Amino acid sequence: AAALSVIESKYTVDEKTTPLKDVTSYNNFYEFGLDKGDPAALSGDFKPLPWTIKVDGMVNKPGTFDVEALMKEFPIESRTYRMRCVEAWSMVIPWDGFPLASLLDKVEPLGSAKYVAFETVVRPEEMPGQKGIFQSLDWPYLEGLRLDEARHPLTLLAVGLYGETLPNQNGAPIRLVVPWKYGFKGIKSIVRITLTDREPKNTWQVTNPQEYGFYANVNPEVDHPRWSQATERRIGESGFFGAGRHPTLPFNGYADEVASLYSGMDLKANF
Amino acid sequence: MTDFSLTLPKRWQPASVWLLYVSGFLPAAWTFYLGATDQLGADPVKTFELFLGLWAIRFLILTLAVSPARDLLGWNYLRYRRALGLLCFYYVAMHFTVYMVLDQALILSAVMNDVVKRPFIMFGMAGLTLLIPLAVTSNNFSIRRLGPNWVRLHRLVYIVAACGALHFALSTKLLGLEQSIYIGLLILLILYRSWRPIARSRKRGQDRERTRAPATVS
Repeated sequence: AAALSVIESKYTVDEKTTPLKDVTSYNNFYEFGLDKGDPAALSGDFKPLPWTIKVDGMVNKPGTFDVEALMKEFPIESRTYRMRCVEAWSMVIPWDGFPLASLLDKVEPLGSAKYVAFETVVRPEEMPGQKGIFQSLDWPYLEGLRLDEARHPLTLLAVGLYGETLPNQNGAPIRLVVPWKYGFKGIKSIVRITLTDREPKNTWQVTNPQEYGFYANVNPEVDHPRWSQATERRIGESGFFGAGRHPTLPFNGYADEVASLYSGMDLKANF
Repeated sequence: MTDFSLTLPKRWQPASVWLLYVSGFLPAAWTFYLGATDQLGADPVKTFELFLGLWAIRFLILTLAVSPARDLLGWNYLRYRRALGLLCFYYVAMHFTVYMVLDQALILSAVMNDVVKRPFIMFGMAGLTLLIPLAVTSNNFSIRRLGPNWVRLHRLVYIVAACGALHFALSTKLLGLEQSIYIGLLILLILYRSWRPIARSRKRGQDRERTRAPATVS
């Protein structure tokens, strides 16, 4: 990971950040394997650079953008966000990146565009989880946001963490971070972004629609079918004993900023 | 396919059973040590909890494999079956304790909610509950005292196996390769148990056929 030159931003939380070794050794990235340690152990062959992202669909100026050029074009902000996994664990991560809105402005979405769809790279030769007889998911991994969610100032395209470029296991070279949603919405190693007028499919909703929805907003009131979402385990904080549990906050603590996006919506039905 | 347990001198056999108990507890003890000294990765509680559950499944499979190994391969490990079954029970009990104490931090309302609402936890609790009478009656006194009822009671282990398989299968987002293998083995062992009486009676039938055969020839 190379050092990044970053600027401070107002987006931070007053909580202890999760140690780098935990952020980079405890990952869900099924392209590299199902175990939390697999991405760190099995992503050594992955080549994150050079890298381009294709942005197409309902936009005035579609294009294919070089990630290193984007990192020069947009100021890289350091933002510390809470990260809440749907599996009821959480971290506090200092990401480095630029708002997704900056890239969307560049391509000028059409008035008819309502949603943004994202796609992860498919490289079986570099990603062992995409190879062999046993395949956990249908590739490519897909995610989506409503356009207003995508344009929200909190929504970040991260290119680094802790002041250095992203390690492969964290979604190098560029990934999405949407801090008020469960972690699986944060699609990694993005190769394509498409503006559309239809709600895009996301991989986990397709795989198991009873358990995972399109919105996936962090919500202590809406249980996962197999566990409560009311509390969470903070990774790397407490070791074996006295781990305790943190209460999970509505919209992961970002309700003031984002609750208005969902006014009038039934959040139990749109989980 | 000789009888492996008999290759041990008879006077060492009780010691070998004790050795099985001791080595059976080693994985739990070692992993507990790693967790207590913060060497168990980023999420030590979950890691330990899942580890204990997985070893419970392993001992369950080994326990159930004793009969088929004898029937099909002629390997007689009957002497070790009680220890294997009890190790399964101890690992289930430790798995449950870690879930209660370290994972749920003894918040009983959360646990009760889990049990009532979540099928995979229900199956886990049912498996644990059904294992208790088996563990309690695993001594020689109970075997003598209960007689044929002991055998009937201990058939519950197949219900336990079904509960364990369901608990394991329903506990994750996806069925991984390793998990599918364990669940496949459990299903095979349950199916073998339900098929064995039929096979035995058929065999008995054939034997009877054979002894009668000379008479019909003449």
